Amino acid sequence: MFLVKGLKINKEKIIINIFLIVSVTTILILLGIFLFLFFTGIKTFNEISFKEIFFGTDWNPTAYGEPSWGILSLLVGTLIVTLGALIFAIPLGIASSIYLAEIASPKTREFLKPTIEMIAGIPSVVLGLIGIFFLSPLIAGLFGLSNGLNGLIASFIVGIMILPTIISVSEDVLISLPKEFNEASLALGATKWQTIKMTLIPAALSGIGGAIMLGLGRAVGETMAVLMVAGNSRGMPTSILDPVRPITANIAIEIKEVVSGSLHYEALFLLGLILFVITFCVNVISEIIINKQTKKYKW
Amino acid sequence: MVKEKTKEKFYFNIFRICMLFTIFILGFILLYVIINGYKVINFRFLTTMWNHQDITQGGIFPAIFGSILLGIGISIISIPIGICTAIYISEYAKENYFTNMVKISIRNLAGVPSVVYGLFGLAFFVFLLNLGTSLIAASLTLGCMTLPWIITSSEESIKSVPNSFREASIALGATKWQTIKKVVVPSSLGGMLTGSILGISRAVGETAPIIMVGATFYISYLPTSPTDKFMALPYHLFILATQHSSPDAKAYALGTALVLISLTFIMNLGIFIIRYKLRKKKEW
Repeated sequence: MFLVKGLKINKEKIIINIFLIVSVTTILILLGIFLFLFFTGIKTFNEISFKEIFFGTDWNPTAYGEPSWGILSLLVGTLIVTLGALIFAIPLGIASSIYLAEIASPKTREFLKPTIEMIAGIPSVVLGLIGIFFLSPLIAGLFGLSNGLNGLIASFIVGIMILPTIISVSEDVLISLPKEFNEASLALGATKWQTIKMTLIPAALSGIGGAIMLGLGRAVGETMAVLMVAGNSRGMPTSILDPVRPITANIAIEIKEVVSGSLHYEALFLLGLILFVITFCVNVISEIIINKQTKKYKW
Repeated sequence: MVKEKTKEKFYFNIFRICMLFTIFILGFILLYVIINGYKVINFRFLTTMWNHQDITQGGIFPAIFGSILLGIGISIISIPIGICTAIYISEYAKENYFTNMVKISIRNLAGVPSVVYGLFGLAFFVFLLNLGTSLIAASLTLGCMTLPWIITSSEESIKSVPNSFREASIALGATKWQTIKKVVVPSSLGGMLTGSILGISRAVGETAPIIMVGATFYISYLPTSPTDKFMALPYHLFILATQHSSPDAKAYALGTALVLISLTFIMNLGIFIIRYKLRKKKEW
């Protein structure tokens, strides 16, 4: 009996340790991603100055003459697409989440929630197809452009992609507010809309901000749809109707053609590192905001 | 008061319209793909090899086959690791520095852009481990990407198992591992599987990473070993839509998109059925 018990405890310990070792995988992957990007990307600075990379507007590593490595136009491309996507997705997303959390009947919500999840399930290439075949001719005709692949369509498509994130996170925040808020306000004679406007939205504001940040992180990192519809011109965009080439699209276009270990390869990893750092910061901030929000009303 | 009521109606209608517009977008995308894509779909399109010279004479079977193999590869890599990690953090882990590190890593991995996973896969799996651009390199890369999704949903499903279950089992003299094996895992398995399938169906539709680590537009044979290159549906339709000169390319791209969407929706349908059956069975 004693022996059996001893064996059992040993087995338990072994199992715990196996689980623990497996759990380390996640840390290793994150660390691995960072280290690979960092140590490959940083080599770019051996040959090209910091100033040329971050303040140059011309990205043309494969030029016949002197190649140029300025990433400013790529950064502006990412900025245009991300901001455009947010302008489209924030009002629509928040309004939908308010409807879902406060106005819809339980039955409607039961139907709508999986439907919104389905949007998240549409592969981004398919959205890109819609952009190329349907939206781009439409926009081209509307604004009299020769082809409609530009920052505007990319913003719209990316906006659709981040809608589910914004809707479901803000809805969670709204739902997790204490029921007392609702009841107290209604008991004071406020209408439902007054309650939403004056009690629920202010209380959920920071959490909704977190949801928007999460959406922003996804928008910055979106690749395929953007690659297909943004036009991919390397020039510095001057308006939203210009074709743009965001960082993600640039990596996906050029990585297939570069030789491993070349300067160009290293520069693309530097771009990856920049993307990683941006999304990492955005995610950490949004997580802090959302955590604070959920803790605030827990009593 | 009457004024307030009309105001309320006005605003509620705005919210309703926003919601309807969101649903409309989804409906429109699906309808557009179905209406424009169904014409090219027939038995030959689904079951024969790709014809590089005349795309109207060939099928996309190798792309379907490649995507399914990829899905299996991702599952083999990410489901066991994902579920074990979820069990560890929700059942064993104490509140300490290490546990926090794991949790932070999981959340941040979920936010890393897919193209960055592609770069990582290229540098690590393809070059450093010398796997080449291959099915296995793609499975590993996408497996890493799917991992945080699987862990998060499995964790939630494990958390939803009532504590009284665990207490009852421990009170009967079972050890912690026995409790997990016989009580916690069986009661949360459905949830864990639905989360996993959802994650994998999303990973199969992902294109940017596989461009870098293994997919190719055309090979004349089906992949037979993990180190072969492969064709995949999302990459196939991407090339058809953007780089193919044939006048039929548009219809074939949309047809391929329809097959891809159907594949993910068939998987999702499976999830809803599992979920529904489990909810009926659950009595807590």
